[in-house]
Amino acid sequence: MSGWRHPDLGQAVDRSRILRFSFDGAAVEGFAGDTLASALLASGTRILGRSFKYHRPRGLMAMGAAEPNAVFDVTLDGRTIPNQRATLTPLLDGMQVRSVNTAGSAGRDPLGALDLLHHFLPAGFYYKTFMAMGWMRWEPMIRRMAGLGRVNANWHPPADVETMNAAPQVLVIGAGPAGLAAAKAAAESGSRVWLIEETCALGGTLRWRGGQIDGADWTVFRDATLAAIEAAGGRVLTDTTLWGAFDHGLFTAWQRRSDAPDIHWRLRPSRTILAAGAIERPMWFSGNDLPGVMGAEAALHHLVLHGAVAGRRIILATAGDGAYPVAGALCAAGAEVTIADARHVTPDAPEGVHLLRGTRIEAATGHGAVRRAVLDHKALDADTVLMAGGWTPSVQLHCQAGGKLDWDETRDALVPRPGTSAVTTVGAANARYGLSEALAEGHAASGGSGPAPRPTVETGWSYAPLRPDCTLKGRVWIDMQNDVTLKDVAVAAREGYTSVEHLKRFTTLGMATDQGRTSNFAGLSAMAALTGRTIPETGTTTFRPPVQPVPLAVIGGRRRGALFNPPRRLMLEGAHKAAGARFREYGGWLRPAVYGAGDEAALALEEAQVARATAGLYDASPLGKIEILGPRAAELLDFTGYVRMSTLTQGRARYGLMLSETGIVYDDGVVLRLADDHFVLSASSSHVAGVIQKLEDARQDRFGSDGVVIIDRTAYWSTLSLTGPAARSVLNRAGLPDHGLPHMSVAETESDCVPLRIARISFTGDRSYEISVPAQQAAAFEARLVHALEAEGGRRIGLEAVMLLRAEKGYILVGKDTDGVTMPHDLGWTAPRERRTDEFVGKRSLFTAEAGRSDRRQLVGLVAEDDRGALPTGAHVVAPAGMRRSQGFVTSSGPAPGAGGSHALAMIEGGLSRMGEVIRIFHLGDIRHARIAPACLFDPVGGRLDG
Amino acid sequence: MQIFPCPFCGPREEHEFLFAAEAGKVRPEPAAKVSDEEWAAYLYHNDAPKGIAREIWYHQTCGTYFLMTRDTVTRDVKDSRFLSEAST
Ligand SMILES: [Zn+2]
Repeated sequence: MSGWRHPDLGQAVDRSRILRFSFDGAAVEGFAGDTLASALLASGTRILGRSFKYHRPRGLMAMGAAEPNAVFDVTLDGRTIPNQRATLTPLLDGMQVRSVNTAGSAGRDPLGALDLLHHFLPAGFYYKTFMAMGWMRWEPMIRRMAGLGRVNANWHPPADVETMNAAPQVLVIGAGPAGLAAAKAAAESGSRVWLIEETCALGGTLRWRGGQIDGADWTVFRDATLAAIEAAGGRVLTDTTLWGAFDHGLFTAWQRRSDAPDIHWRLRPSRTILAAGAIERPMWFSGNDLPGVMGAEAALHHLVLHGAVAGRRIILATAGDGAYPVAGALCAAGAEVTIADARHVTPDAPEGVHLLRGTRIEAATGHGAVRRAVLDHKALDADTVLMAGGWTPSVQLHCQAGGKLDWDETRDALVPRPGTSAVTTVGAANARYGLSEALAEGHAASGGSGPAPRPTVETGWSYAPLRPDCTLKGRVWIDMQNDVTLKDVAVAAREGYTSVEHLKRFTTLGMATDQGRTSNFAGLSAMAALTGRTIPETGTTTFRPPVQPVPLAVIGGRRRGALFNPPRRLMLEGAHKAAGARFREYGGWLRPAVYGAGDEAALALEEAQVARATAGLYDASPLGKIEILGPRAAELLDFTGYVRMSTLTQGRARYGLMLSETGIVYDDGVVLRLADDHFVLSASSSHVAGVIQKLEDARQDRFGSDGVVIIDRTAYWSTLSLTGPAARSVLNRAGLPDHGLPHMSVAETESDCVPLRIARISFTGDRSYEISVPAQQAAAFEARLVHALEAEGGRRIGLEAVMLLRAEKGYILVGKDTDGVTMPHDLGWTAPRERRTDEFVGKRSLFTAEAGRSDRRQLVGLVAEDDRGALPTGAHVVAPAGMRRSQGFVTSSGPAPGAGGSHALAMIEGGLSRMGEVIRIFHLGDIRHARIAPACLFDPVGGRLDG
Repeated sequence: MQIFPCPFCGPREEHEFLFAAEAGKVRPEPAAKVSDEEWAAYLYHNDAPKGIAREIWYHQTCGTYFLMTRDTVTRDVKDSRFLSEAST
């Protein structure tokens, strides 16, 4: 119990509103305006979590996005959001907060004993040991012990995050002094400025350090900035994390709102100014991870904004001027403060503060929390150690935008190299820590006119560079969240992992959710020291989005659930629904699977049997209807198809294949010739876009866009397929002309002023009519057809029945009965390959050594040798004897509605020359026997097509 | 997220486009006179240059194939034109 609440301080909290929450089950109170971090600090709770690897107790260390330890699962109103950063989470009444990485609670964690094993868990231990001993066995245990928060798999966050686009003229990232100055200058010159701030309020360090700008309180400057932005039509977003910079100037931002769903912004600004500030560096001494060790600037932040005081007996270790006001403020608040400054020449101590010059901190000790600090071999009692080790500019977005960094020796930091990204970096993010510099740089970056805003009093920010000392005894922590010590860096150096990218992967340094904000510099500078190189020689790691963890629900936005990949809907969906259809997605379309209630397989078989006996009607509207028009239309189809279409006579239809240039079957379908220069290509439902792409390729590249055009009319027509021996009677009864059409022919006609296209095309093996009617007139037309259908004893049939009908006929579905290596001759279709002398797409690939192999997988039928029903789809074909090797697989299988029994299609090595052979079918350990047969089981002579 | 200029539609986001091929490849034919090596090179061998690349892209929403010149390092788009305006 060391943190406490000051009776008066805390400008951001409302003491009249007490909020109650729980931490690991214990009741805690805070005020409106607190963050989870400040409320817990003020309550005296020290241990806020356990470390990732050793389960060491850890406390609050930082503020904002830099916090490595205080990461919680937060439940409110039944909604749990895992891995919330306490420093960025506003406290709300009723929150249930759970620490992460803990087996019990943060305070008592039985796995804490792991820490005693640390000698056996050096860097690289997991990879080396568990990979060698069989990772699969160990992984579940390690995953349980490590990892961050717990995800409730039963809870689905609502898909309510709106994705919004905007194109500001100037985007300013960060609303500290530099960002405010940049935004104000840009807005005053008339630009639409968007100012993005990650925390809940504008001002950055000014909020807790205060200050006067141009002779007035800084809040006057802030308000003038807000007014200027508003006047120029810009926007200010607080609680918004600018999390990524992407190609061509896209920035993404996550706006958190308490009273409405979050917003995900996609911003394309004309200009971007990065004023993201800097992160205070910790210091590197033994035990620097004990609860009670905290960043000095964070302590000031929590004190001034929330009245949360870090401790009562405080050692402030530093080598810089910037921390002196922190010591002064804590002392004035009532704490006993000693500054241990590594420098011999320092500013004067603030009133009441004890100052030790030329003094280095070597260790913090205590069990579970700080009890003592060791300064130059002397132990001093203390409950809190504050660290002010200098600054690391937040340059992530500059780097994400493609920018490079330079090592600035005098400022002891890696700074953006100007001109290497489209982002202009200003203020502390550019290592300009002083208020006047930050204001001037922000002002200049926006081309501000007149003198830059000036502070009344300048704070000193100079500091002596500090480096990790690899000779210190004990464990010195550099990455708190991933439990990496200075010794781990030494191990990496010894083993040769001396590049920063290798160091990162070997030790996991900087790979935690804080993205190494407080640790990257330590790792980099330690490695540089260990290998005798400079920091630029050692290199920097690559920064990738997101700069802060972002919920996937935010990135996903509304594109989830039903809106993730919405299927296309049939014009006649209402009619099918009224008839009891059960819908399912087929190739991107929502289509009737079966009609009525009951077992689906039984219904499908029943429907198929009716279609074989009398007639069935199914909705074939998703079939592609691609029109190819023009004097060179036939020539185009000849080139793009496996089968020539120029020899097709007007009014006739022909089945064909489309290959890719690799000779693989891409799609199949029927081509209708309506006129000399007018064709309609029926692509498979799911391949329409791809077929058009291939046709356009040939048209634009080979034909020079000359003499032929391609129009997709799929959505214009609804298509109904009427099939079965009674199909013609149904047509007649409906009063529709049959035109005496033979199989594979087409007629354009009309009935009651409704234009119709009737094609005698069969996908079932029975006489069939594909009737296309303009979609707007489809409903009435279908009702009329169904009336006649039912009078003839026929019925609607769903896609499952159609699948049974086509499979027993041996008609394929490309992509189901074929795969990514199937060539047309594998389907037994050899004539064009052997006879065509003209060029066509894929031709050359049909004559490679691979294409000519006799053991290619070929399409055949299978008849089970037993009476155990249909063979399982996907089952493997294995040789009758010898090595158990897959020779192919079952592609389609089911009961045979017309032929009786069951039937399967399969791709089998050399299958076409193995007719009659009995092979073994292996499926989930079960072996059955089947005989290879022709793919077509039903009506092999084809008499029914004209029946 | 890159923005590509379709010569027909203007600037659109990259997810609307598909890469088709590197520019300048000529389809070897007739098939009977094309060696396996020539054909394999046509199908599979790409320069994948670092820096300036001339590529054929397809804009799915309007169906236009076009020639785009871009820098594969900086991602800058230098030029975009219809195939008919390309001087391969
Ligand atoms: Zn376009």
